[in-house]
Amino acid sequence: MRMVLEDDMLIEQDAHVTNTFLRVLTCGSVDDGKSTLIGRLLYDTQLILDDQFSALKRDTKKHGTTKGDDHLDFALLVDGLEAEREQGITIDVAYRFFVTPKRKFVIADTPGHEEYTRNMATGASNADVAIVLIDARKGVLRQTRRHTFIASLLGIRHIIVAVNKMDLIQYDQERFEAICGAFQAFSETLGFRSVGFVPMSARFGDNVITASPNMSWYRGKSLLSHLEAIDADEDRVDQPFRLPIQLVNRPNLDFRGFSGQIAAGRVSVGDSVVVAKSGQTSRVKSILCGRDNVETAVDGQAVTVVLEDDLELSRGNMLVAPQNRPHLADQFMAHVIWFHKEAMIPGRSYICRTEVDSIGATVTTLKYTIDINSFAQKAATALQMNEVGVCNVSTQAPIVFDSYRDNRNTGNFVLIDRFTNATVGAGMIDHPLRRAHNIHWHAVDINKHARAALKLQTPRVLWFTGLSGSGKSTIANMVEKLLHARGKHTYMLDGDNIRHGLNRDLGFTQEARVENIRRAAEVAKLMADAGLIVLVSFISPFRSERRMARELFEKGEFVEVFVDTPIEECARRDPKGLYQKAMAGEIKNFTGISSPYEAPTTPEIHLRTVGHEPLDLAMQIEKFLDDA
Amino acid sequence: MTLTYLEKLEAESIHVMREVAATFSRPVMLYSIGKDSSVMLHLALKAFYPAKPPFPLLHIDTTWKFREMIAFRDRTAAELGLNLLVHTNQDGVAQNVNPFDFGATAYTHMMKTLALRQALDHYGFDAAFGGGRRDEEKSRAKERIFSFRDSKHTWDPKNQRPEMWRTYNTRVNRNESIRVFPLSNWTELDVWQYINQENIPVVPLYLAQRRPVIRRDGMLLMVDDDRLRVAQDEKVEELQVRFRTLGCYPLTGAIESTARTVPEIIQEMLTVRTSERQGRAIDSDEEASMEKKKREGYF
Repeated sequence: MRMVLEDDMLIEQDAHVTNTFLRVLTCGSVDDGKSTLIGRLLYDTQLILDDQFSALKRDTKKHGTTKGDDHLDFALLVDGLEAEREQGITIDVAYRFFVTPKRKFVIADTPGHEEYTRNMATGASNADVAIVLIDARKGVLRQTRRHTFIASLLGIRHIIVAVNKMDLIQYDQERFEAICGAFQAFSETLGFRSVGFVPMSARFGDNVITASPNMSWYRGKSLLSHLEAIDADEDRVDQPFRLPIQLVNRPNLDFRGFSGQIAAGRVSVGDSVVVAKSGQTSRVKSILCGRDNVETAVDGQAVTVVLEDDLELSRGNMLVAPQNRPHLADQFMAHVIWFHKEAMIPGRSYICRTEVDSIGATVTTLKYTIDINSFAQKAATALQMNEVGVCNVSTQAPIVFDSYRDNRNTGNFVLIDRFTNATVGAGMIDHPLRRAHNIHWHAVDINKHARAALKLQTPRVLWFTGLSGSGKSTIANMVEKLLHARGKHTYMLDGDNIRHGLNRDLGFTQEARVENIRRAAEVAKLMADAGLIVLVSFISPFRSERRMARELFEKGEFVEVFVDTPIEECARRDPKGLYQKAMAGEIKNFTGISSPYEAPTTPEIHLRTVGHEPLDLAMQIEKFLDDA
Repeated sequence: MTLTYLEKLEAESIHVMREVAATFSRPVMLYSIGKDSSVMLHLALKAFYPAKPPFPLLHIDTTWKFREMIAFRDRTAAELGLNLLVHTNQDGVAQNVNPFDFGATAYTHMMKTLALRQALDHYGFDAAFGGGRRDEEKSRAKERIFSFRDSKHTWDPKNQRPEMWRTYNTRVNRNESIRVFPLSNWTELDVWQYINQENIPVVPLYLAQRRPVIRRDGMLLMVDDDRLRVAQDEKVEELQVRFRTLGCYPLTGAIESTARTVPEIIQEMLTVRTSERQGRAIDSDEEASMEKKKREGYF
């Protein structure tokens, strides 16, 4: 067997270069025989080298679960990784490569347990086909449904169901057909283009690479023949042209090219193309692929396109087919998978990163989460790690996208934490929200500048943050008096007062606090737009919400005032008797006691209150405004 | 019109390089003079054509590289008109750190890992390309294409950023950086087939030729200069040898081979029964050594 394959490979050597390429995801838990299958594929396709082969023979005798010398325990080939897995290192995606005379393969090997959903999603995002392993003795299980659902969610169109361990059920045809029927019944609505079924024994090699003499009733392809036959490239070449722009190549005044990897369709010299964000039209003057000028380029190629006209076009934009354009919107609905141990909370601000664009974004609504085992919808206020939810997302400016269903490259995004830069979630866009089409900013002649000029002042937002009882409102009150006395137009937003009206529907959970701050910030923004100096006095314990508020304003407009009073002092003052209650456990989620306060690291003004009179502190702020 | 396997790999690598050029302020390409570096450089020339690659090359010179490598490096940079930075750990030179008296591990740490960290800190690079491939070694198989490093250049394999689609998270805070591996999904065979297809120049040491070698610890070491201490019971032989990987000559084993051209190398690869890094003394020096070195900031 080994020699024959070797000879084949020698003969086919030159053909390798023109071979196609398939990305495969394997789903299944250890017990399903996934390791054995991968080991078997690597072994039978010659990827196991001499040193590894002797180690396998030795290890089979020592640890193997298979009996007798004839059958090697292929799971041991990936055993090193399993040991590491227990230490938490390979609870992740590992990539392995193998080649046959027909095709090259990369296998994304991901763990199958529910707590590793995010890892499976990572592996699935680039896969063309998923092998779903089923233990023939157990049939379709909860985890089969989960793996299949995630594969479908991430846009995998081809599934091969490998019904493994047929040797343990005496190669029973009826049982195999019953499992196929059960799989078809639940997967019908998941939108796969092809679903293949293979009765298999990875351990003995039945129907993995060659037909099995034990299952003459099966006339279909072996697993490898399936993998070699799937045509995954058909998917995008005939779609409308998309070129997300990565960078503008401008070595000198005579050359200005737009570089990117074609995300769908094809483009030829002379074609009309449209700049997605502006709607401007031009024609393709030339196409560079590497150093060669080409007439036509297709999906997947990395190109540099030169246009006939000098248009405004830069990174984050897209060149597209004129007849079939992508969406341009700042609000859309998406399926989101959450990666991070800190839950996603609606209203919090993240960086939304598409392939080439990057912009501030907020999840405005979490409509529901999806139970990945039963596919049922559940109401929720936050999206926890490994959960999948359907959300409305709002970006600070419009982005260009397609539905993920239509194009996996132009329909995806990841969400990034603004402080740590961790990748906290990933999204697949369903569709733009209608109101994004219909609500346009109303251009007005009387603007902020005009209103402020009439008042002879510069609009500002003084954002007082600090613990309850730190003295925020006292100081803010004095500042307002000082400003008013000088003829300035001011308004004060106080946490307690706002909670009696605008925010009376909100409680004190983390989610509600985020929303509380968001509303206050938006109101402050309207008031600043009216030309006012706004004093906002809110505990605002979380850094990310204060940052979100800051980003609503122009540079220099937002002034963060940290009213810094040690918690012992606040508790001693306790003007409203709240600390006493909180410490007695009568108030839940009390900042500083049972809920965190994240102190500002670089506030514009840092007031240490202990040992200072409120009036002195207020005058310090007044001076800051005069100097700025 | 379907892209071939090599065309897909090429496009993926070029896309990665352009992402780096577009989103980082000070990228650099680690240039080790080997075949993977040759491929990486060739891809960079394509990615930004007609412009030159918008980043310098950096070579960490341990002072123990093969002489032919250094000649090849200088010739390549001059011919292509590229900005080549060369850095050597001068502390190590002052202490006469060498592979014989210090052992492979300590020597590599001083002259490669520390030297690299010095250079990255000195120039303030926020992204560094390396030619690492996932098929080389188990810990590489798990590494991301955009692999985050904290301010101390440390890799945390348990806490890697999820990497989905072609949507890379390229954000770093001050003093943090990303190691970028555009050849992640290439195999050794792909590299040679691409070198063959594109006619990419490589250091002649990859091709078989009669060379002076000694046998030591089961390896064939080439006598590249008179610093190699030949013991009394060792004898210098002329053998037809070539190298599968290139590093510091006292630590890099040759293989006996008759492959004198790139197509012959490919032919040999299809029948070879041992792994690529077998010739590297440093990898077997201690258990799980690659992962350990990587965590400390080695490429």
